[in-house]
Amino acid sequence: MRTATATTDSANAAPVLKSDGDSDAEPESVMRTGAQIVWEVLREEGVDTIFGYPGGCVMPMYDAMLDYPIRHVLVRHEQGAAHMADGFARASGRTGVCLATSGPGATNLVTGIATAMLDSVPMICITGQVPSHLLGSDAFQETDITGVTLPITKHNYLVTTAEEIAPTLREAFYVARSGRPGPVLVDITKDAQQASCEFVLEPPPVRLPGYRPELKARALDLERAIALIDAAERPVILAGHGIVKSEATELLRELVARTGIPVACTLLGLGGFPATDPLALGMMGMHGEAWVNKAIQEADLLIALGMRFDDRVTGNLKNYAPRAKKIHAELDPSEINKNVKVDVALVGDVKQTLASIVPNVATRKRAPWVAHIEALKGDTAVRDIQTMPHDGRLFAAHVMHDLWRITEGNALVVTDVGQHQMWEAQYYKHDHPRKLITSGGLGTMGFALPAALGARLAMPNEEVWVIVGDGGFQMTACELSTCAQEEAKINIAVINNGYLGMVRQWQEFFYDKRYSATPMKSPDFVKLAEAHGLTGIRVTRREEVAEAVKRARETPGTVVIDFRVEAEDSVYPMVAAGADLHDMIRRPVAVVPEKAAKETL
Amino acid sequence: MSTSTLRTFIAYVEDRPGVLNRVTSLFRRRGYNIESLTVGRTEREGVSRMTLVMEADDDAALRLEANLYKLVNVLWVEDTSRAQTVIRDLALIKVGVGAADRAQVMQLCDVFRARVIDVAPEALIVEITGTGDKIEGLVDVLRPFKILEMVRTGAVAMLRSSEELALRPSVFPKPTSETAAA
Ligand SMILES: Cc1ncc(C[n+]2csc(CCOP(=O)(O)OP(=O)(O)O)c2C)c(N)n1
Ligand SMILES: [Mg+2]
Repeated sequence: MRTATATTDSANAAPVLKSDGDSDAEPESVMRTGAQIVWEVLREEGVDTIFGYPGGCVMPMYDAMLDYPIRHVLVRHEQGAAHMADGFARASGRTGVCLATSGPGATNLVTGIATAMLDSVPMICITGQVPSHLLGSDAFQETDITGVTLPITKHNYLVTTAEEIAPTLREAFYVARSGRPGPVLVDITKDAQQASCEFVLEPPPVRLPGYRPELKARALDLERAIALIDAAERPVILAGHGIVKSEATELLRELVARTGIPVACTLLGLGGFPATDPLALGMMGMHGEAWVNKAIQEADLLIALGMRFDDRVTGNLKNYAPRAKKIHAELDPSEINKNVKVDVALVGDVKQTLASIVPNVATRKRAPWVAHIEALKGDTAVRDIQTMPHDGRLFAAHVMHDLWRITEGNALVVTDVGQHQMWEAQYYKHDHPRKLITSGGLGTMGFALPAALGARLAMPNEEVWVIVGDGGFQMTACELSTCAQEEAKINIAVINNGYLGMVRQWQEFFYDKRYSATPMKSPDFVKLAEAHGLTGIRVTRREEVAEAVKRARETPGTVVIDFRVEAEDSVYPMVAAGADLHDMIRRPVAVVPEKAAKETL
Repeated sequence: MSTSTLRTFIAYVEDRPGVLNRVTSLFRRRGYNIESLTVGRTEREGVSRMTLVMEADDDAALRLEANLYKLVNVLWVEDTSRAQTVIRDLALIKVGVGAADRAQVMQLCDVFRARVIDVAPEALIVEITGTGDKIEGLVDVLRPFKILEMVRTGAVAMLRSSEELALRPSVFPKPTSETAAA
């Protein structure tokens, strides 16, 4: 349930409005405008930072905001506001909040909302709406945003009176963060913001009779799962985002320590189990390491923890882990048997489920199985770009590796979508949860820079690195200006290959190298940084990587490094969409890709 | 593996704006094909009841139920294939018959316990309540008489005995007027 909320802190500059009660006693309620109530509730919910952009239908809220202790980050595009709130939430585990005006402001949030929805990120989006008497009249800047976002929010609300604002917002926060978290949108008409009503200071409990976020795995199923685990000779744990979200990292480690079972991670599960642990296999799926996918295909038991058997993870379902029994520990019952038919479903919070399993599984080793997987790695090592003869050229893998080494694996890395995202996942070893933020489910280009700014503001002591492609960077590069205005320190590694690389790679493999609309010309990113009063560095050779990374770390303010990497390198291995998981396209042995006749960028 | 069959679900939902939209949007998005959907009030204030008929196998039915529960305003879902259920559908059928064939049509209606509720010189309207099968049976025998129009309400369902009432979770609002204040 909700935690008790703090009462008004007199030091905070809340508007001093007369209440009806006598002056000594704490007033139970005070008169407030709807706009003020928004901020009252946000404060009550512990919100100190929000991301937004003003406009006609949110002006009452913006006006009231000045009297409340809130850090408002003025974004350059509302999509950025949503991603910042998202990054804020993913980095901290708190609920992110963004604010936009009606119509175009609200629709600009849509990509960010869908991104948060698919990755189950707790987020509140507040939008202004035209006055209630104009609803449905196609008034200026009217968009039916609750209609638009219905399938991409966990829940949403249209609020037309001041009285409804407090209960609705409180409910919205509760829904957003409980159960399987997700974005919740609250659309508030302008007249509701302007009207005044009693604001009850002590929030009543949220009453949602049909909403049951707390589910627990059944004892019988837990017993069956434990029996399967004890009996398995070739088990693999599949660790997903749920491990990070439910903070089950410690329990997962204990499970592994007791059972000797190796762990493969989904993209969003990276960091949920320490990558440098000997039993950490790495990432599974389309760009998972070959030994990981092979281990899954040969396993006799898969223990899926807080993951949802996404098609990027399973490949062809018909031949997915054909010999394995499957245990699925998952909070959301609608995920059970959705993609993969499982033998035991443990519906409930993964952390709770693990707490019931860990003390009851047999302590044993799986040495032959682990040795078998270990042997599979050798084949991959010879194909690794890192072990190939160095000829001075710069590959993205070099950048990731050096960055990992220099930051000692401790940076909070926010990646965008494309080849660089996969290389980061392969080469930057995350040992801790919430240190890799990426758009997994929706694969939203343009996510990284704004999400990183949100993450940095949530966690001001983290060293934040953005890893972004030349394409994705240009989608939301306007937020550099926000970084400058907020005087935020983040480091941006642009993996500049002159292509929409991931699409180019598909064209190379599956479309006869017909590079349709993938070569991309970019501005001078160093000058772009400088135009914002920020620092820009260019790196063209491997030898310069370490120096540039060090310089970026030492330089105050946001730094952009333009890494001019190999243009036509590809991410290996690759399981083609819909192919069997073990059917991987591998990097040719000892053949470094031909130096492409690189056009001047 | 179970095969796809027509299944009937009962869903209690909070009577709030947009709830029907949420439910239908869910079906559209997840690719479920709705055979029929009815909504109406219940004995409880603030609670509406939906009867949904659709094609689904066992797994799809479980996921559908789970997906419905993910909608914050859905209170309680029952897959009627798990219990004894009474299912009824109502149809109005306008048959193009004049005086000559009227008696014969009325006789057929008797067999199906259908009622003739309106008679005009060139047509009559038949009302029938029953299971989908029974209604289709009547439609089949009326077809030779020229069916001009037909409308069906879609199925409504109720579990037999008080089994279902006992199953409802305690969070379910009580049938008193107190709930109106909440
Ligand atoms: C908003 C959006 N549009 C299109 C895509 C499809 N897409 C996926 S990866 C990619 C290329 C990304 O190019 P770049 O940012 O340069 O990264 P690279 O793959 O070269 O590392 C594209 C276009 C997407 N994921 N998101
Ligand atoms: Mg690129």
